[in-house]
Amino acid sequence: MGAKTATVSRAEIEDFLFCEADLLDNWKLDEWLALLTDDAAYYVPPNDKPDADHRFTLFTIADDIVRLRERVIRLKDPNCHAEYPPSRTRRLITNVRIIGIDGDDISIAANFAIYRYRRGEPVRVFVGRYRHKLRRIGGVLKIAERRAILDAHELGAMGSVSFIL
Amino acid sequence: MNDHYAGQSTGPGSHNGNGRPLPLVRESRENLSFSVNREVFVSREIFEREQRAVFDRCWIYVGHTSELPNPGDYKTRSVAGRPVIFCRDRNGQVRCLINSCRHRGAIVCREREGNARNFYCMYHGWTYNTDGTLRGVPDEESYPPSFDKSVMGLAPVPRLESYKDFYFASFDRDAVDLENYLAGAKAYIDLVVDQSPSGRMEIISGVQEYDIKANWKLLVENSVDDYHLVATHATWLNYMRNSGVNMSPPKGSGLLLPTKGLGKDLGNGHLTTDNPNYRGRPVARWISVYGEDAKADIEAIKAELIARLGEARAARIADTNRNLAIFPNLVINDGSSVTVRNFTAVAPNLMHVTAWALGPVEETEAQRARRLHAFLTFYGPGGFATPDDVAALENAQQGYASWREVPWNDLSRGMGKNDAQTNTDEEHLRVFWRRWNELMEARPPTLPSPASGGGQIDLPSPASGGG
Repeated sequence: MGAKTATVSRAEIEDFLFCEADLLDNWKLDEWLALLTDDAAYYVPPNDKPDADHRFTLFTIADDIVRLRERVIRLKDPNCHAEYPPSRTRRLITNVRIIGIDGDDISIAANFAIYRYRRGEPVRVFVGRYRHKLRRIGGVLKIAERRAILDAHELGAMGSVSFIL
Repeated sequence: MNDHYAGQSTGPGSHNGNGRPLPLVRESRENLSFSVNREVFVSREIFEREQRAVFDRCWIYVGHTSELPNPGDYKTRSVAGRPVIFCRDRNGQVRCLINSCRHRGAIVCREREGNARNFYCMYHGWTYNTDGTLRGVPDEESYPPSFDKSVMGLAPVPRLESYKDFYFASFDRDAVDLENYLAGAKAYIDLVVDQSPSGRMEIISGVQEYDIKANWKLLVENSVDDYHLVATHATWLNYMRNSGVNMSPPKGSGLLLPTKGLGKDLGNGHLTTDNPNYRGRPVARWISVYGEDAKADIEAIKAELIARLGEARAARIADTNRNLAIFPNLVINDGSSVTVRNFTAVAPNLMHVTAWALGPVEETEAQRARRLHAFLTFYGPGGFATPDDVAALENAQQGYASWREVPWNDLSRGMGKNDAQTNTDEEHLRVFWRRWNELMEARPPTLPSPASGGGQIDLPSPASGGG
């Protein structure tokens, strides 16, 4: 017979994304890393080419797992000046959908609004959509690919993407 | 008098104890001191003055030939605060047109980029050809006989010239030609362009556009200031170390440059760092972060450079990294990747930054992917370094709220040294400030004569007392 189709519900995906958001908002970055597969990737495409391929296009972020782990090391370091003291963030995740299932791989879509606060600064709001590839490994959902696509035409007043979207 | 002031131009707000205005930039060669008045980062009056004295007089980067491969291709952007269409007309000529309808001024082309047969103004429906000439006017019969379509095209910028595919505009009709303006910077552009076997570099798709809440001049300093590396970029250095890259600068003889690298004056306010490369380059020095697979490939790139340019020139390109600042607001970083970074002053405490990656047109997919990966490790709003630069600049800008009490920035590093000025000295930063100050002290530029036609009124000039 062909590949088994993973059984998954939107409720399970939502719970997963909400828990992930909670870890990121609380800067529990090592626990967050544990949600990723060993070959995970994290992408933030450029605002002018939201659907492009990072191999041919200059992205804002295109991390393989090696650099992503280093990014977490950086984010926990007080010398990460752009995020020290760490920003307060709050993620609102909605419109969650399962858009494809291929064996153990589950493609999902969701919308996000992330509010980022730093002392003495006006709020910066990052709005966009997630396109993630999740994988069930030993019954546990993991993130194999994480793509945060911003809606704005340019980063502009958002400035840097110095925390994890 | 002991002090030689690099400048005496003054702002409205800073005064010494005797009520005398303080200079904006002061240099004493005798006392070996160089200071910049922090008012230059906060004053609205100085900001307005530098728009005229600096940005309306200099050559300002517009774009790169490779962005317009086909007739009709266009990009809309802002150059020295003006909306422009950077395009290749239907006959293949590159143009830079003011993106404002000759009728009532509306922005004519409202898309970021594309390919156009013509430019159509949505307000009253005037249509322009891609060379700017006015093509169609609805109900043209109702205009009086004096209405002359032939002089009502989209206005070109007063001057548009290119060097090795980099296009610059000047709003000063009397500006020296671009090549003279670029002076010693040309040789450093050549070091970038020579990386392509055909001499053709291209802007890679994908642009990074982000704001920094700081004065634009701080980014010029930051782009070439290697003194800040250890403190500001500790986490990036840590990443490189974790990746197995030996971050100690090379020692020993036979190097092209002193181990610490140099800071150089290239004339006309242009400057560069010129450093021995120990941090890797896609063209053409392998480091461990590229992976073992890339080693042979990067050696092949180096071999091509040697075969084409000879050992010495190949070493000059591949074994040095250079951060080049072209006065006033273009930076080309040639090292772990090539970054073209342009910034526009929007307010005393705000700039818009636009950054692209540049690469040889011949690059293979693997080489291009490696270049982009290397770019993102250090550079850009999601890199391991640039966000901390932004934080540093915004921090400094916040500090300048106390400019009245603490008026001076110190830029004296390296003054009085007998040997060469290194990349962590500040002579190359002083080069920028001397030129900036010189322009701020100079008379305002000759205003461009109004674009042809249009029944302009000659205003009486205050100097002559009559029109």
